[in-house]
Amino acid sequence: MRLRAALATIAVAAAGVAVLGVVTDGFRAATSEGVWRLAVAERPRPLPDATLVDQSGRAWLSDVRGRPILVEFFYTSCPAICGLLASRFQAGFERLIAQSEGPEILLLSVSFDPERDTVTELADYAARLGADGQIWRVVRVNDPIEQRGLLDAFGVVVLPDGAGGFVHNAAIYLVDPEGRLARVYDPDAPERAIAELDR
Amino acid sequence: MSPGLLLFVVLAMPPVAAWLEGSMAGHMLVQIPLLALAGGLVARGAAGGRGVVLAGFNAGGFAGMLVTAFAAAAWMLPRMLDAALRSPLMEAAKFTTVPLLVGVPLALSWPLLPPVARGFIWANLISHAAVLGWLYTVAPNRLCTRYLYDQQALVGAALFIVAIALLVGWGWFAIAGRPIGPWSRGRARGRLI
Repeated sequence: MRLRAALATIAVAAAGVAVLGVVTDGFRAATSEGVWRLAVAERPRPLPDATLVDQSGRAWLSDVRGRPILVEFFYTSCPAICGLLASRFQAGFERLIAQSEGPEILLLSVSFDPERDTVTELADYAARLGADGQIWRVVRVNDPIEQRGLLDAFGVVVLPDGAGGFVHNAAIYLVDPEGRLARVYDPDAPERAIAELDR
Repeated sequence: MSPGLLLFVVLAMPPVAAWLEGSMAGHMLVQIPLLALAGGLVARGAAGGRGVVLAGFNAGGFAGMLVTAFAAAAWMLPRMLDAALRSPLMEAAKFTTVPLLVGVPLALSWPLLPPVARGFIWANLISHAAVLGWLYTVAPNRLCTRYLYDQQALVGAALFIVAIALLVGWGWFAIAGRPIGPWSRGRARGRLI
Protein backbone atom coordinates (compact mmCIF):
# COMPACT_ATOMS: atom_id res chain seq x y z
CA MET A 1 0.00 0.00 0.00
CA ARG A 2 2.67 2.48 1.06
CA LEU A 3 4.92 1.50 -1.81
CA ARG A 4 2.13 2.04 -4.32
CA ALA A 5 1.29 5.42 -2.82
CA ALA A 6 4.95 6.46 -2.85
CA LEU A 7 5.39 5.35 -6.46
CA ALA A 8 2.19 7.12 -7.51
CA THR A 9 3.28 10.32 -5.74
CA ILE A 10 6.70 10.23 -7.40
CA ALA A 11 5.13 9.55 -10.81
CA VAL A 12 2.65 12.42 -10.40
CA ALA A 13 5.42 14.77 -9.26
CA ALA A 14 7.55 13.85 -12.29
CA ALA A 15 4.62 14.24 -14.69
CA GLY A 16 3.61 17.53 -13.06
CA VAL A 17 7.10 18.99 -13.35
CA ALA A 18 7.23 17.85 -16.98
CA VAL A 19 3.88 19.48 -17.78
CA LEU A 20 4.87 22.73 -16.07
CA GLY A 21 8.13 22.60 -18.00
CA VAL A 22 6.25 22.29 -21.29
CA VAL A 23 3.78 25.11 -20.57
CA THR A 24 6.55 27.45 -19.42
CA ASP A 25 8.92 26.65 -22.29
CA GLY A 26 11.40 24.93 -20.01
CA PHE A 27 10.63 27.17 -17.01
CA ARG A 28 11.75 30.23 -18.96
CA ALA A 29 8.48 32.12 -19.45
CA ALA A 30 5.08 32.29 -17.77
CA THR A 31 3.51 34.93 -19.99
CA SER A 32 2.44 34.78 -23.65
CA GLU A 33 4.81 37.63 -24.45
CA GLY A 34 7.76 35.83 -22.85
CA VAL A 35 7.00 32.61 -24.70
CA TRP A 36 6.58 34.53 -27.98
CA ARG A 37 9.95 36.25 -27.58
CA LEU A 38 11.73 32.97 -26.96
CA ALA A 39 9.98 31.30 -29.90
CA VAL A 40 10.88 34.13 -32.28
CA ALA A 41 14.52 34.19 -31.15
CA GLU A 42 14.81 30.44 -31.69
CA ARG A 43 12.97 30.35 -35.02
CA PRO A 44 12.57 33.56 -37.07
CA ARG A 45 9.07 33.92 -38.54
CA PRO A 46 8.12 34.86 -42.12
CA LEU A 47 5.98 37.98 -42.37
CA PRO A 48 3.05 38.70 -44.68
CA ASP A 49 3.40 41.45 -47.24
CA ALA A 50 1.43 44.62 -46.69
CA THR A 51 1.13 47.94 -48.48
CA LEU A 52 2.40 50.67 -46.20
CA VAL A 53 1.75 54.38 -46.66
CA ASP A 54 4.35 56.64 -45.08
CA GLN A 55 4.25 60.18 -43.71
CA SER A 56 4.73 61.71 -47.15
CA GLY A 57 1.90 59.64 -48.67
CA ARG A 58 4.21 57.27 -50.52
CA ALA A 59 2.92 53.73 -50.79
CA TRP A 60 5.45 50.94 -50.69
CA LEU A 61 5.48 47.25 -50.08
CA SER A 62 6.66 46.00 -46.73
CA ASP A 63 8.77 43.29 -48.33
CA VAL A 64 12.01 45.22 -47.86
CA ARG A 65 14.89 42.81 -48.16
CA GLY A 66 18.61 43.09 -47.70
CA ARG A 67 18.64 45.35 -44.64
CA PRO A 68 17.55 44.92 -41.04
CA ILE A 69 14.44 46.79 -39.91
CA LEU A 70 13.49 47.78 -36.38
CA VAL A 71 9.72 48.01 -36.09
CA GLU A 72 7.44 49.48 -33.43
CA PHE A 73 3.64 49.67 -33.38
CA PHE A 74 1.89 52.78 -32.08
CA TYR A 75 -0.97 55.23 -32.50
CA THR A 76 -0.39 58.96 -32.49
CA SER A 77 -2.91 59.82 -29.77
CA CYS A 78 -1.47 57.23 -27.37
CA PRO A 79 -1.03 58.80 -23.95
CA ALA A 80 1.29 56.18 -22.52
CA ILE A 81 3.75 53.59 -23.77
CA CYS A 82 3.99 54.84 -27.38
CA GLY A 83 5.78 57.95 -26.06
CA LEU A 84 8.48 55.79 -24.52
CA LEU A 85 8.80 53.76 -27.71
CA ALA A 86 9.06 56.94 -29.77
CA SER A 87 11.73 58.47 -27.52
CA ARG A 88 13.80 55.27 -27.70
CA PHE A 89 13.38 55.24 -31.47
CA GLN A 90 14.56 58.86 -31.51
CA ALA A 91 17.70 57.86 -29.60
CA GLY A 92 18.25 54.98 -32.01
CA PHE A 93 17.71 57.29 -34.97
CA GLU A 94 20.29 59.77 -33.67
CA ARG A 95 22.74 56.95 -33.17
CA LEU A 96 22.18 55.73 -36.73
CA ILE A 97 22.72 59.23 -38.14
CA ALA A 98 25.88 59.72 -36.09
CA GLN A 99 27.50 56.44 -37.07
CA SER A 100 29.18 56.19 -40.42
CA GLU A 101 29.72 52.42 -40.40
CA GLY A 102 27.54 49.41 -39.70
CA PRO A 103 24.53 47.97 -41.48
CA GLU A 104 21.98 50.22 -43.14
CA ILE A 105 19.16 49.91 -40.64
CA LEU A 106 15.60 51.07 -41.29
CA LEU A 107 13.39 52.26 -38.44
CA LEU A 108 9.69 51.72 -39.00
CA SER A 109 6.88 53.09 -36.81
CA VAL A 110 3.61 51.41 -37.81
CA SER A 111 0.30 52.93 -36.72
CA PHE A 112 -2.54 50.54 -35.95
CA ASP A 113 -5.13 53.32 -35.76
CA PRO A 114 -5.81 54.09 -39.43
CA GLU A 115 -9.06 55.91 -38.64
CA ARG A 116 -7.35 58.74 -36.79
CA ASP A 117 -3.80 58.40 -38.07
CA THR A 118 -4.21 59.87 -41.52
CA VAL A 119 -1.19 60.72 -43.64
CA THR A 120 -1.43 64.31 -42.34
CA GLU A 121 -1.41 63.09 -38.74
CA LEU A 122 1.54 60.85 -39.49
CA ALA A 123 3.39 63.75 -41.11
CA ASP A 124 2.82 65.94 -38.01
CA TYR A 125 3.91 63.11 -35.74
CA ALA A 126 7.02 62.44 -37.84
CA ALA A 127 7.89 66.16 -37.87
CA ARG A 128 7.53 66.38 -34.09
CA LEU A 129 9.90 63.45 -33.62
CA GLY A 130 12.27 64.35 -36.44
CA ALA A 131 11.63 61.15 -38.42
CA ASP A 132 13.25 61.82 -41.80
CA GLY A 133 11.22 59.47 -43.99
CA GLN A 134 14.38 57.72 -45.15
CA ILE A 135 16.07 56.06 -42.18
CA TRP A 136 12.98 56.43 -39.97
CA ARG A 137 9.60 56.06 -41.62
CA VAL A 138 6.23 56.50 -39.97
CA VAL A 139 3.58 54.44 -41.74
CA ARG A 140 0.00 53.23 -41.69
CA VAL A 141 -1.63 50.22 -43.34
CA ASN A 142 -4.62 51.15 -45.48
CA ASP A 143 -6.06 47.67 -45.85
CA PRO A 144 -7.62 46.43 -42.56
CA ILE A 145 -7.05 42.79 -43.52
CA GLU A 146 -3.39 43.44 -44.21
CA GLN A 147 -3.11 45.33 -40.93
CA ARG A 148 -4.71 42.43 -39.04
CA GLY A 149 -2.29 40.01 -40.70
CA LEU A 150 0.68 42.19 -39.83
CA LEU A 151 -0.34 42.59 -36.18
CA ASP A 152 -0.93 38.84 -35.88
CA ALA A 153 2.40 38.02 -37.49
CA PHE A 154 4.24 40.31 -35.06
CA GLY A 155 2.21 39.01 -32.10
CA VAL A 156 0.77 42.44 -31.32
CA VAL A 157 -2.55 42.38 -29.44
CA VAL A 158 -4.48 45.67 -29.56
CA LEU A 159 -7.44 46.10 -27.18
CA PRO A 160 -9.77 49.10 -26.93
CA ASP A 161 -9.16 50.73 -23.52
CA GLY A 162 -12.75 51.90 -23.14
CA ALA A 163 -11.72 55.56 -23.29
CA GLY A 164 -11.25 55.88 -27.04
CA GLY A 165 -7.67 54.65 -26.98
CA PHE A 166 -5.95 51.30 -27.10
CA VAL A 167 -3.93 49.05 -24.86
CA HIS A 168 -1.26 47.07 -26.66
CA ASN A 169 1.86 45.07 -25.92
CA ALA A 170 4.85 47.31 -26.50
CA ALA A 171 8.08 45.99 -27.93
CA ILE A 172 10.72 46.65 -30.57
CA TYR A 173 10.75 44.05 -33.32
CA LEU A 174 13.75 43.18 -35.47
CA VAL A 175 13.06 42.07 -39.03
CA ASP A 176 16.18 40.48 -40.47
CA PRO A 177 17.56 41.11 -44.01
CA GLU A 178 15.63 38.03 -45.20
CA GLY A 179 12.38 39.75 -44.22
CA ARG A 180 11.68 37.52 -41.21
CA LEU A 181 10.71 38.53 -37.70
CA ALA A 182 13.93 37.61 -35.89
CA ARG A 183 13.90 39.15 -32.40
CA VAL A 184 11.56 40.92 -29.99
CA TYR A 185 13.20 43.45 -27.67
CA ASP A 186 11.98 45.40 -24.66
CA PRO A 187 10.50 48.81 -25.51
CA ASP A 188 13.57 50.63 -24.23
CA ALA A 189 16.06 48.64 -26.26
CA PRO A 190 16.41 49.94 -29.83
CA GLU A 191 19.93 51.15 -29.08
CA ARG A 192 20.84 47.71 -27.78
CA ALA A 193 19.33 46.22 -30.92
CA ILE A 194 21.37 48.57 -33.09
CA ALA A 195 24.53 47.81 -31.10
CA GLU A 196 23.92 44.08 -31.63
CA LEU A 197 23.42 44.62 -35.34
CA ASP A 198 26.68 46.61 -35.49
CA ARG A 199 28.66 43.63 -34.24
CA MET B 1 -28.89 16.49 -12.40
CA SER B 2 -26.24 16.65 -9.70
CA PRO B 3 -25.23 20.09 -8.41
CA GLY B 4 -21.72 19.67 -9.81
CA LEU B 5 -22.95 18.76 -13.27
CA LEU B 6 -25.45 21.60 -13.19
CA LEU B 7 -22.72 24.05 -12.22
CA PHE B 8 -20.54 22.77 -15.06
CA VAL B 9 -23.35 23.13 -17.59
CA VAL B 10 -24.02 26.69 -16.44
CA LEU B 11 -20.32 27.58 -16.63
CA ALA B 12 -20.05 26.06 -20.10
CA MET B 13 -22.93 28.14 -21.48
CA PRO B 14 -21.35 30.52 -24.01
CA PRO B 15 -22.83 33.74 -22.54
CA VAL B 16 -21.71 32.77 -19.02
CA ALA B 17 -18.25 31.75 -20.21
CA ALA B 18 -17.88 34.97 -22.22
CA TRP B 19 -19.05 37.07 -19.28
CA LEU B 20 -16.64 35.48 -16.80
CA GLU B 21 -13.76 35.55 -19.29
CA GLY B 22 -14.45 39.20 -20.02
CA SER B 23 -12.39 40.15 -17.00
CA MET B 24 -9.18 38.68 -15.67
CA ALA B 25 -10.61 38.40 -12.14
CA GLY B 26 -13.72 36.65 -13.48
CA HIS B 27 -11.59 34.23 -15.48
CA MET B 28 -8.91 33.47 -12.92
CA LEU B 29 -10.70 33.83 -9.61
CA VAL B 30 -14.28 32.86 -10.45
CA GLN B 31 -14.53 30.65 -13.54
CA ILE B 32 -11.53 28.39 -12.92
CA PRO B 33 -12.27 27.83 -9.19
CA LEU B 34 -15.93 27.15 -10.02
CA LEU B 35 -14.93 24.62 -12.70
CA ALA B 36 -12.80 22.89 -10.07
CA LEU B 37 -15.74 23.03 -7.64
CA ALA B 38 -18.00 21.46 -10.28
CA GLY B 39 -15.59 18.55 -10.69
CA GLY B 40 -15.19 18.28 -6.94
CA LEU B 41 -18.94 18.16 -6.32
CA VAL B 42 -19.43 15.42 -8.91
CA ALA B 43 -16.59 13.35 -7.43
CA ARG B 44 -17.80 13.93 -3.89
CA GLY B 45 -21.28 12.81 -4.86
CA ALA B 46 -19.96 9.70 -6.57
CA ALA B 47 -17.65 8.77 -3.69
CA GLY B 48 -20.16 9.58 -0.97
CA GLY B 49 -17.89 12.25 0.45
CA ARG B 50 -15.15 9.81 1.35
CA GLY B 51 -11.60 9.73 0.14
CA VAL B 52 -10.75 7.19 -2.51
CA VAL B 53 -7.46 5.35 -2.24
CA LEU B 54 -7.56 3.90 -5.77
CA ALA B 55 -6.13 0.47 -4.93
CA GLY B 56 -3.56 2.07 -2.68
CA PHE B 57 -2.13 4.49 -5.22
CA ASN B 58 -3.84 7.42 -3.51
CA ALA B 59 -3.31 6.19 0.06
CA GLY B 60 -2.91 9.23 2.27
CA GLY B 61 -4.23 11.42 -0.54
CA PHE B 62 -0.78 12.71 -1.50
CA ALA B 63 -0.77 11.61 -5.14
CA GLY B 64 -4.21 13.09 -5.76
CA MET B 65 -3.35 16.36 -4.06
CA LEU B 66 -0.22 16.66 -6.20
CA VAL B 67 -2.34 16.22 -9.35
CA THR B 68 -4.55 19.05 -8.08
CA ALA B 69 -1.56 21.25 -7.23
CA PHE B 70 0.19 20.85 -10.59
CA ALA B 71 -2.99 21.24 -12.66
CA ALA B 72 -4.04 24.33 -10.69
CA ALA B 73 -0.54 25.82 -10.99
CA ALA B 74 -0.59 25.33 -14.77
CA TRP B 75 -3.98 27.05 -15.15
CA MET B 76 -2.89 29.98 -13.03
CA LEU B 77 -0.13 30.88 -15.52
CA PRO B 78 -0.90 34.07 -17.46
CA ARG B 79 0.02 32.40 -20.74
CA MET B 80 -2.56 29.67 -20.16
CA LEU B 81 -5.30 32.25 -19.61
CA ASP B 82 -4.26 33.95 -22.86
CA ALA B 83 -4.15 30.60 -24.66
CA ALA B 84 -7.67 29.70 -23.49
CA LEU B 85 -8.97 33.00 -24.86
CA ARG B 86 -7.12 32.66 -28.14
CA SER B 87 -7.66 29.01 -28.97
CA PRO B 88 -10.93 27.03 -28.80
CA LEU B 89 -8.83 23.90 -28.30
CA MET B 90 -7.19 25.34 -25.18
CA GLU B 91 -10.57 26.56 -23.97
CA ALA B 92 -11.88 23.00 -24.30
CA ALA B 93 -8.76 21.74 -22.51
CA LYS B 94 -9.47 24.14 -19.65
CA PHE B 95 -13.10 23.02 -19.33
CA THR B 96 -11.93 19.40 -19.28
CA THR B 97 -8.77 19.44 -17.20
CA VAL B 98 -9.79 21.88 -14.47
CA PRO B 99 -12.77 19.79 -13.26
CA LEU B 100 -11.04 16.46 -13.85
CA LEU B 101 -7.51 17.23 -12.68
CA VAL B 102 -8.13 19.92 -10.07
CA GLY B 103 -11.61 19.33 -8.64
CA VAL B 104 -11.95 15.54 -8.77
CA PRO B 105 -8.59 14.60 -7.19
CA LEU B 106 -9.05 17.33 -4.56
CA ALA B 107 -12.43 15.93 -3.49
CA LEU B 108 -11.17 12.35 -3.47
CA SER B 109 -7.90 13.10 -1.69
CA TRP B 110 -8.66 15.81 0.86
CA PRO B 111 -10.49 13.48 3.29
CA LEU B 112 -7.47 11.15 3.25
CA LEU B 113 -4.85 13.77 4.05
CA PRO B 114 -3.43 13.86 7.57
CA PRO B 115 -4.06 17.10 9.49
CA VAL B 116 -0.43 18.20 9.14
CA ALA B 117 -0.66 17.98 5.35
CA ARG B 118 -3.91 19.96 5.36
CA GLY B 119 -2.34 22.63 7.49
CA PHE B 120 0.64 22.75 5.15
CA ILE B 121 -1.67 23.18 2.15
CA TRP B 122 -3.71 25.92 3.82
CA ALA B 123 -0.56 27.77 4.87
CA ASN B 124 0.82 27.55 1.33
CA LEU B 125 -2.47 28.60 -0.23
CA ILE B 126 -2.67 31.68 1.98
CA SER B 127 0.96 32.71 1.51
CA HIS B 128 0.82 32.12 -2.27
CA ALA B 129 -2.38 34.13 -2.62
CA ALA B 130 -0.77 37.01 -0.72
CA VAL B 131 2.50 36.90 -2.69
CA LEU B 132 0.70 36.56 -6.04
CA GLY B 133 -1.60 39.40 -5.05
CA TRP B 134 1.37 41.60 -4.34
CA LEU B 135 3.10 40.60 -7.60
CA TYR B 136 -0.01 41.28 -9.68
CA THR B 137 -0.47 44.63 -7.98
CA VAL B 138 3.09 45.91 -8.52
CA ALA B 139 3.96 44.23 -11.86
CA PRO B 140 5.01 47.03 -14.24
CA ASN B 141 3.90 45.13 -17.35
CA ARG B 142 0.71 43.40 -18.34
CA LEU B 143 1.06 39.69 -17.67
CA CYS B 144 -1.86 38.68 -19.91
CA THR B 145 -1.89 40.26 -23.33
CA ARG B 146 -5.65 39.81 -23.52
CA TYR B 147 -6.46 41.80 -20.38
CA LEU B 148 -5.98 45.42 -19.45
CA TYR B 149 -3.53 46.55 -16.80
CA ASP B 150 -6.22 47.74 -14.39
CA GLN B 151 -7.80 44.25 -14.47
CA GLN B 152 -4.46 42.79 -13.47
CA ALA B 153 -4.26 45.18 -10.52
CA LEU B 154 -7.82 44.19 -9.61
CA VAL B 155 -6.81 40.52 -9.56
CA GLY B 156 -3.90 41.47 -7.30
CA ALA B 157 -6.23 43.25 -4.87
CA ALA B 158 -8.72 40.37 -5.00
CA LEU B 159 -5.97 37.85 -4.24
CA PHE B 160 -5.00 39.91 -1.19
CA ILE B 161 -8.62 39.79 -0.01
CA VAL B 162 -8.73 36.03 -0.67
CA ALA B 163 -5.53 35.58 1.36
CA ILE B 164 -6.92 37.60 4.28
CA ALA B 165 -10.28 35.82 4.13
CA LEU B 166 -8.58 32.41 4.10
CA LEU B 167 -6.33 33.42 6.98
CA VAL B 168 -9.23 34.67 9.08
CA GLY B 169 -11.40 31.67 8.21
CA TRP B 170 -8.67 29.14 8.76
CA GLY B 171 -7.61 30.80 12.02
CA TRP B 172 -11.16 30.87 13.28
CA PHE B 173 -11.73 27.21 12.57
CA ALA B 174 -8.37 26.30 14.06
CA ILE B 175 -9.28 28.14 17.27
CA ALA B 176 -12.94 27.08 17.33
CA GLY B 177 -11.97 23.51 16.50
CA ARG B 178 -14.93 23.16 14.21
CA PRO B 179 -14.62 22.41 10.53
CA ILE B 180 -16.81 24.05 7.93
CA GLY B 181 -18.64 23.34 4.72
CA PRO B 182 -18.69 20.14 2.69
CA TRP B 183 -16.11 18.43 4.90
CA SER B 184 -17.97 19.06 8.13
CA ARG B 185 -20.45 16.20 8.06
CA GLY B 186 -19.08 13.41 10.14
CA ARG B 187 -15.59 12.38 11.13
CA ALA B 188 -15.19 9.84 8.36
CA ARG B 189 -15.50 12.54 5.73
CA GLY B 190 -12.44 14.39 6.79
CA ARG B 191 -11.91 17.81 8.23
CA LEU B 192 -10.81 21.24 7.21
CA ILE B 193 -7.69 20.98 9.39
